Amino acid sequence: MGLAIATPDQRPALFLRFAQLVRRRLFPYALITPSVAVIAGILAFPLGMLVWISLQHYGLRELIQHQGEWVGLGNYQAILADPLFRQVIFRSLAFTFASVALTVGLSTLIALLLLKVRRAVRVIVMSALVFVWATPVVVTVDIWQWMFDYEFGVINYLLTQLHLGNFIHHNWFDNPLQGWTVFVVIVVWGAIPFVTITVYAGLLQVPGELLDAAQVDGAGGWQRFRFVTAPMLKPIFLIVICLSTIWDFGVFNQIYILLNQRPSSDYYTIAIYSYRESFGVTQYGLGAAIAVLLVLVLIVVTLFYVRETVRQAEIA
Amino acid sequence: MIAPEAAQGVRAGRAKAATQVAAGFAVPRGLKQLAFDLTGIVVAAVMLFPIYWMVITAFKPGRDILTLEPKWFPAPFTLDNFKDAIARPFFLDDVRNSLIIVAVMLVLALFVAFLAAVGTARFGFRGRTAYLVMIIGVQMVPLNALIIPLYMLLDSAGQVDALPGVIAIYLAVVLPFMIWTLRGFVANIPVELEESAMIDGCTRVGAFFRITFPLVGPGLVATAIFGFIQAWNEYIIAYVLLSSPTNQTLTVWLASFTTNHGPQWGPLMAAATLTGLPVVAFFLILQRYLAGGLTAGAVKG
Repeated sequence: MGLAIATPDQRPALFLRFAQLVRRRLFPYALITPSVAVIAGILAFPLGMLVWISLQHYGLRELIQHQGEWVGLGNYQAILADPLFRQVIFRSLAFTFASVALTVGLSTLIALLLLKVRRAVRVIVMSALVFVWATPVVVTVDIWQWMFDYEFGVINYLLTQLHLGNFIHHNWFDNPLQGWTVFVVIVVWGAIPFVTITVYAGLLQVPGELLDAAQVDGAGGWQRFRFVTAPMLKPIFLIVICLSTIWDFGVFNQIYILLNQRPSSDYYTIAIYSYRESFGVTQYGLGAAIAVLLVLVLIVVTLFYVRETVRQAEIA
Repeated sequence: MIAPEAAQGVRAGRAKAATQVAAGFAVPRGLKQLAFDLTGIVVAAVMLFPIYWMVITAFKPGRDILTLEPKWFPAPFTLDNFKDAIARPFFLDDVRNSLIIVAVMLVLALFVAFLAAVGTARFGFRGRTAYLVMIIGVQMVPLNALIIPLYMLLDSAGQVDALPGVIAIYLAVVLPFMIWTLRGFVANIPVELEESAMIDGCTRVGAFFRITFPLVGPGLVATAIFGFIQAWNEYIIAYVLLSSPTNQTLTVWLASFTTNHGPQWGPLMAAATLTGLPVVAFFLILQRYLAGGLTAGAVKG
């Protein structure tokens, strides 16, 4: 290295330095290129293709010929005029609202409870939450299917024993309102661990002095939560609500698997409806149009989420 | 020694005073604590019950499962349900498929994610912020919505009902989160370490591989486990793309268990336990990384 300084000829050194500069400038781009290629090819391009298919009549014949027939917004008109679609949207919205509200509400209560219990109990509750969180969704759906079994399910037995009515041989899925309630229970149960642990982590970061000060000023428990804790946790609540909304609005697995992979139209969510239209009755164009509408709704929520995350990560 | 006790005493005193002020009368503190603890235990029990029920059903003999009055403990105890589940057609095929898909996908994903993590954590470049925003946003793309075009793409490439197509899709699904997490790990290793190695005579590449790479080890393990869980649990893509039973994955096998054989709860619960086991094991290792991941630094104290 010492030799380089003593070299009389500066030309090759300059050239090398220039080459090095170019290389250093381009180097980070080379590093991210593979990931950009994968994400563009397998997520972004199909997203564009989805929009393209949604503008065409695309049935089984078209699938075999790899060539759709252009219909413009025809699929969207058909979908929006379809009374079943309106029902599906309404049900999905109601389901999402109920699930997200219950998830966030119950999780916040459990997180607050975790602050109050003694250490041993906290470890027990946390372990239970982590176990539930870790269990794969497909597995949990099988468990709930067994627990809600109309003949030998433990839930019918327990409800009957608790004198909440006669649930012997009660089929929860005959009545859609009851069936959807079951799905809310399943989804909320599965979502509580993540949300609780996230909110709890946030609660730990609320400075104790602030709460003490509010207490000295005479604020009760609810007031302290409402005026000190909740405003400080607002970013966490926003993120958690966005994520839950995205997951619950696009729900598919729980309902589809629990109803033995052939749910009646009473139990269609937007994702199931889109799947049915495309792979069930081979109307890929219609299915794609439904999927596009799902994505549009979720993009709005996602924008909120991304804005919050970026603001907090301060990557800019 | 004295300080913490004193502080605790002050805190307890203050809390007591506050309880009296707030409620207007004194609630015995021990009783209140007991009520909180009991509520905590009930919450834990309710949350865990379904998993408990799965495991004990898996260990019960058939006649103890289909009873009008449930048996709360698995006595007598049997392994027959597990033997039955494993002996069923395609179980071992599908375990093998799941393992192949996850393993190949992870090797590719770790390599690609590591490059991107280093690129964004170690270098400033034009478009870096845009790239990172894309990484966050793309995690939210609902896979359910992309099944139709993905199916068509793989169909025209002749890769429907073949593992490579599924591997490629899973790769794209896990990459964003892996990049985001690994980036945090790389950024946490001081550049000065590399620089001092270079002063001691290492090349840049040498410094990187001798200093930074070993230090990122735990990060690679954590992200690998995350990718494993994601891919192992995935259902809908595998269900749509892999049609023949010898090509399916374990989750698809498990989900079609009831449909094909009618409800045989003992073997089904045994199969569910087996499917969940590796995930739970890995998850327990990973959880301390996950909890803060999505909201790290969201509240500034």
